[in-house]
Formats: sequence, structure tokens, C-alpha cells
Amino acid sequence: MARKEFYGAGFPYRDFGKLTGKLIVLEGSDGVGRSTQIKHVRRWLEDEGYAVADTGLTRSELTGPGLDAAKSGHTLGPTTMSLFYAADFADRLENHIIPALQAGFVVLSDRYFYSMIARDSLRGIEKSWSQALYGIALRPHLILYLRASVPSLVQRLIHGRGLNYWESGMDLNLADNLYDSFVLYQTQIIQELEKLALEYNFVGIDADRTPHEIFEDLKRPIRLLLQNRLTKSERPF
Amino acid sequence: MLRPNDTKGKLIVVEGIDGSGKSTQIDLLHKWLLSKGYSVYFSEWNSSALVKSTTKAAKKAQSFTPATFSILHCTDFADRWENSIYPLLKAGVIVVADRYAFTAFARDVARGNDPQWVRDMYSFAIKPDVALYFRVPLDIAVERITGSRAKLKYYEAGMDLELSESYEESFKIFQGRILNEYDQMVDEFGLTMIDGTLPVKEQQKKVRALVKKMLKGFEGLPNPGKHPIVVKNPQARNKEDQGGN
Repeated sequence: MARKEFYGAGFPYRDFGKLTGKLIVLEGSDGVGRSTQIKHVRRWLEDEGYAVADTGLTRSELTGPGLDAAKSGHTLGPTTMSLFYAADFADRLENHIIPALQAGFVVLSDRYFYSMIARDSLRGIEKSWSQALYGIALRPHLILYLRASVPSLVQRLIHGRGLNYWESGMDLNLADNLYDSFVLYQTQIIQELEKLALEYNFVGIDADRTPHEIFEDLKRPIRLLLQNRLTKSERPF
Repeated sequence: MLRPNDTKGKLIVVEGIDGSGKSTQIDLLHKWLLSKGYSVYFSEWNSSALVKSTTKAAKKAQSFTPATFSILHCTDFADRWENSIYPLLKAGVIVVADRYAFTAFARDVARGNDPQWVRDMYSFAIKPDVALYFRVPLDIAVERITGSRAKLKYYEAGMDLELSESYEESFKIFQGRILNEYDQMVDEFGLTMIDGTLPVKEQQKKVRALVKKMLKGFEGLPNPGKHPIVVKNPQARNKEDQGGN
């Protein structure tokens, strides 16, 4: 019973009825400034009179504790880790995103499953397996991709929250220090995201600029979406 | 689907609805294989300590949906797969599993998930060398469970599916659906059916004959001390949910 709103079978045991809201995804590397942009977009859309919900900043109650435990020592294999994230994703989708869409909200998602596929593929997980797993996922109405170069990510992070273990991919043993590992890891992540960008029709936004300039660029496709005027190459389906 | 076994080890699994008597049979088989000097590892469904600690709260709050329930069971399986089952198979151990991916294929689909989606999720796992399906008629299994155990649990009884207000009635309908899924998997995966209404001893005789045949010429990892294998977990194993797997 595949519905075209989903990438695969979705949740065949439930009929969600008509989803009148719009799902907008913001993808991009660690440190690219996604959460800042989501704040700006949210305020702007609310000023325009839209009801807005955002998701992705906090973990779901279902797996949050487990994921934290996993990151703090227990040696989870890549498949296990990947499934943990997928459970979290499914929970957010069914219990937060879809209900908000039913209620007609504009939902801003800080990342979606694309970055999980990118990070997992660097850890030896087959892409086709991940894509089948995320057959539960709803197709967003718009996927905005904040495209930044590694040097600009480094600059932003070092003057911001700093480099950390996971964002540097230290678990992959690419280098013996956070900086070198970050550069190698994020370079590979970006390569994966670029492939996904073609496959899923991301709308690229040049993020090597000031937050204000990025925000101004983000507004254009969002406005077109809300006026039902996106071109075919800008639509995820 | 499931990958062919490319390891030095052997994988034996038992399947069937609750009350089919499979746990008794795998326990006897496990002990017998040990006495023969094989290296044997016993793995139980839903027993990864890490996943258990995280799902406990959700079970209590009854906040699972069929999809999250399914993915978290696969997470549990993957943790056991990556940390014990697969590396031990690689080393030449016989792994005996009380329930395997087929349990998910039966239960998760009975809960309404897409059959292909569930199968694809487990495609990192290996096809067992022997997969035994202990079949008992629904009423016998239900009677074995409701007669012997004090209280059915919420998810065990399939209460999340809102099939009936009564735990016993819901359990019966849910188990009937699962039984139906199992029956369909006999051909799909080449499960060997064992009549679970036969006397325990007679069933075990059939089981051993099948396993013996499969192990012909198999060397495996030596086990001169005839000790069972214990995989040490960073977190203490929680044994309180026994039986309700």
C-alpha cells in the first residue's frame, strides 16, 4: 500500500488522512549554522502568519537515553547505531512531524534521514539497506541544503562550540587529532551529501557567506513553495 | 534477503509462537551439543542489555508504535549480532538462537508493518543452517501460556493493536495472526516444521537427527573443557523479563 507521500511503504497500519501542512528540511554539515537559520525562518514565517513547528533539535524521548549511553562508552556496532537513529527518526515522524502536518503547520526539520545515510555509509553501512529502512519516511516538500566548504566550517566551529569527537568522526580513526580528523571526515561527508543532493533534489544554498545572506537566499524557495510555485527540479518529487 | 552463511560456524535457530515448546527444545539441544565437545553459544531474543534499558520506559508508557517497536527489536538483534553472534560464527562456533529474524517477520507484520520493509531491515543477518519451526495449534499454545503464567503483558498480548478489551482475547487473536505469518514462511525460507504436540523426547530426537546431519564433517572451534560461551557485556544483563520474549 505504498503512498506517494512516502519514499517506501510508510506506515501501512495507519491512515493519516490529508496532510495539509508543509515539511521543509534543512540539511547541511555540522557547524554550518542550521539551527540559527531555523530560528530566523521560523520567526519570519510566523510574522507572515504561518503556524510553524520545528523538530530535530532535541532527541525523542524513546531513544534519547540509549543514544546518549551509546555515545558515552558502550561499544555499539555501526548497524546497531544506525537502527537506534532510525527508531528515533520514526518516533519523531509519527508522533511529532505527521501530527503537525495534519494540523496544517509548516514543519521545519533540522536534518532528515539523508545525513544519517551519509554518516552511516562512511561506517560501512550499505546505502541500499539504509534507503530501504527509510522507506517509512515522508517525502518533504522542500529540502534546503546549506552547502559550505570545510575551511568555513572549521572557522565557524572553532569560534563557536569547538570541535568534538563525533563531529570529527574520531571513531573512524582517520587521524590522531580532532582537527585533521574533522577535515578528512567532513570532506567525505560532503561528498556523500552531494550525491544525495542529486538523488533527492536538494535545493543548494551557498553557506560560505554571512548568516544574513544565507537567510535571504533561503527565503526564495520557501516563498515559492508556499505559493505552490516551485519548479520541478526544486521539488523532492 | 538473508545472506548465505559465509562463516566457519553454524547457526541453528528455533521459532514458533509463544507456548510452542521451542525454548525447552533449544535448551536440550544446547546441552547436548556442549556434551559433544562443540563450542556453542546460546543467544536469546530481546536480550541486549543496552536496548532493554532504553525500551523499558517506553514499554511502561506504552508509547511504541508498530514501526518503532519493530526498529527497536531489530536494534536489539543488531547489537547481539555485531557484538556476539557474528564474530562467534566467524570463529567457528555453533550459535543456537531462541528466536531469530523470523520472529520479527511474523510479529512485526502481524502488527501491520510492511512485510518487505521488515525483511529488508534484517538483510544483514545470515540464513540459518537449521531453522526449526515448532508448530502447535493455536488453542493448545494459548492454553499453555495463559494456564502457566500469571499475567499477560501489554505488548505480548498485542493490546496496542486494540483487537479486544480483554488481554486473553487479544492475545489469542494476535497469536493467531502470528501463527498465520509463520505458516507462510515455511516455504519462503525453508523452515523445518516440527510437531510441537509430540512428547518432548520425541521432538528432541528429530531435532538431534537434523542437527547431526547438518554437522557432518564440521570441525569448528575446539572446546576441550565443554564450557558454555559467555559474552561479557559492559552492562549487567537484566534477567527479570524471562519468558516474555
